[in-house]
Amino acid sequence: MEIGMLPISASKRGKLLAAGYTTLHSIATTSITHLATDIEVSESEALEILNFATRNSALERSSGSNTNVIQVGGQTAWDMLNEERFSSSITTSCADLDNILGGGINCKEVTEIGGVPGIGKTQIGIQLAVNVQIPLDYGGLGGKAIYIDTEGSFMVERVLQIAEACIEDMSEYSHHFHKDNQAYGVKMHPNSILENIFYFRVCSYTEQIALVNYLDKFVTEHKDVKIIIIDSVTFHFRQDFEDMALRTRLLGEMSLKLMKLAKNFSLAVVMLNQVTTKHVEGSFQLTLALGDSWSHSCTNRIILYWNGDERHAYIDKSPSLKSASAPYSVTSRGIRNSTSSSKRIKMV
Amino acid sequence: MANKLINQMGLPKSIANIFAARNIITAKDALSLTEFELMELLDVGMTEVTFAMAHISEVVCPPCQTALLLMEQRVRNESLAGHLPTRLKGLDEALCGGIPFGVLTELVGPPGIGKTQFCLKLSLLASLPVNCGGLEGRVIYIDVESKFSSKRLIEIGTKSFPEIFYKKGMAQEMAGRIMILRPTSLSEFAESLHRIKVSLLQQQVKLLIIDSMAALVLGEHDSGASRQQALGWHVSFIKSLAEFSRIPIVLTNQVRSQIGDESLMYSFQARSHSTKEDTPVTFDSHLVAALGINWAHAVTIRLVLESKSGQRFIKLAKSPISPPLAFPFNITASGIVLLDDNGIEMKGPEINNIHCQGQNALSNYER
Repeated sequence: MEIGMLPISASKRGKLLAAGYTTLHSIATTSITHLATDIEVSESEALEILNFATRNSALERSSGSNTNVIQVGGQTAWDMLNEERFSSSITTSCADLDNILGGGINCKEVTEIGGVPGIGKTQIGIQLAVNVQIPLDYGGLGGKAIYIDTEGSFMVERVLQIAEACIEDMSEYSHHFHKDNQAYGVKMHPNSILENIFYFRVCSYTEQIALVNYLDKFVTEHKDVKIIIIDSVTFHFRQDFEDMALRTRLLGEMSLKLMKLAKNFSLAVVMLNQVTTKHVEGSFQLTLALGDSWSHSCTNRIILYWNGDERHAYIDKSPSLKSASAPYSVTSRGIRNSTSSSKRIKMV
Repeated sequence: MANKLINQMGLPKSIANIFAARNIITAKDALSLTEFELMELLDVGMTEVTFAMAHISEVVCPPCQTALLLMEQRVRNESLAGHLPTRLKGLDEALCGGIPFGVLTELVGPPGIGKTQFCLKLSLLASLPVNCGGLEGRVIYIDVESKFSSKRLIEIGTKSFPEIFYKKGMAQEMAGRIMILRPTSLSEFAESLHRIKVSLLQQQVKLLIIDSMAALVLGEHDSGASRQQALGWHVSFIKSLAEFSRIPIVLTNQVRSQIGDESLMYSFQARSHSTKEDTPVTFDSHLVAALGINWAHAVTIRLVLESKSGQRFIKLAKSPISPPLAFPFNITASGIVLLDDNGIEMKGPEINNIHCQGQNALSNYER
């Protein structure tokens, strides 16, 4: 390891090199007073540099002598497989959609969901924020949700509707399975579901970046958060942004931070995206917004689209799931299977 | 919050001064850089940079609210629980009480369908006294196409609320609350928005109507990407205006004819559908909303006004709170009236289509 890798300021690094300290070993073997006089800094600063250097050189030596070089921070595929077996998922309340997703939206993963205006992106977002709270007894996660609203389309009235429907479904379920036992009645109240959704209204892309930075601390304080929904990741980055290179970098950085959050706290991250038109081979096509390099940054990508008169979800990209599509519908009770017939008459 | 000054964030003086010395003044400046870039620029170690970034992020990031708190606040602080009733029973029920505060509601439809009529009615409703179910506030009506008719406004008022309007001086008071602005260009529009921002935030104004947004944007000379960008900026601005003043903002949009084969699909769809080319050619729905898909994403509620087989319909094409419903309506002397309060639930993307047929464009409304 080189001096350049030490997490110290550029000027101190320059001084070290000028004084002839080119390797970590040379720093580690010198004394604090020597170092301080050589590079003209205070003794406390010299101590800090020395600490960095000894820690790093020790690490270097141990990994050098050990044959298991990759062990630092790595994980074998076998361990990952075992871990994945216990990883949980959040139901979408639409059985067909859950099927193609392998049980629902997976924890520890970043999922991007995109579609045309009015297809139901926000609806899926709200549904997930409610469903994550289904208690363990009912096959849920009993977690809490963070909802990051960049567009102002989060409607509490709608959350209440979906929460009420969710509780009704649960009590029906418990009634079905525990007919004899009255103690299994659902004790949840819609208000408690609303209470467990942490809502952030983001008004600029700077706030969005700041919030993603801050989430690490927030989730540490609220360990039971199991899903983070960003509705939508696109909005502020799409308006009034001239420096495209900067945009790509900021987006990439943000998605990496979110991925890290998903892994560290084993929670699901769902990013909603808008669509745009793209000129391909002489014709216009729909595609998700934010450009090509962005499409690499999500683990899973689901596209919602109209197939005839039905809403469909299509798995566009996923490392583990095969690409498939499933119909779903948006009802007054939330996201449901599309076969459920509607009470109102169909218009011809 | 994005432009919050770093030296006012309570960082230790030593670090705050370094930021200032390197001309990194606002949170936006700092958060646009990577930690490594900052280390180089500020010439400090990594621990200082991570500490400073974490601190700045925490200060800048918006406050956390639970959804429950949000709902209680709305119910407590806002008249009518944050909705402006349209007095169209079916529509109000579907929208949980009316046009919601704090978001953008768009009306889109062919010319002469009744968009302006709807806007006139809404501005009256917002100016009505509280004891009559109104908001008793001022209304700002941005009239781009010079279609606002005060005569028609009073007519709608006297026909719909005779008990109020026949009282002496009431008509004057009502109409006096509605202020009409007539900007001719996008820049002029932005300027007037900035001017009214103060009065918006002082909460005298209860409704903002922009009739029409499309005319404003399409009237600009430049087209394509730069227009998109100009629109994007205004969308952000109007949205934040709605959010901070917590008032409903209603905008109208025009229609244009579809250019060629514009039935947009995703790449994966095109593959599967390429085999069956025999899909019937659509014959009457050649209309699409004038402002594009980026705009459509930005509005929270989209109401489509259309006419089909001689009958006018108002459709809830996009709304986070209601199912896709269509209501037949008619325009009478008292404004828009629904013929059926139950609504017809629409299946599929049909809700987004804008039909214009069998309508006599000359007779704008039956008296």
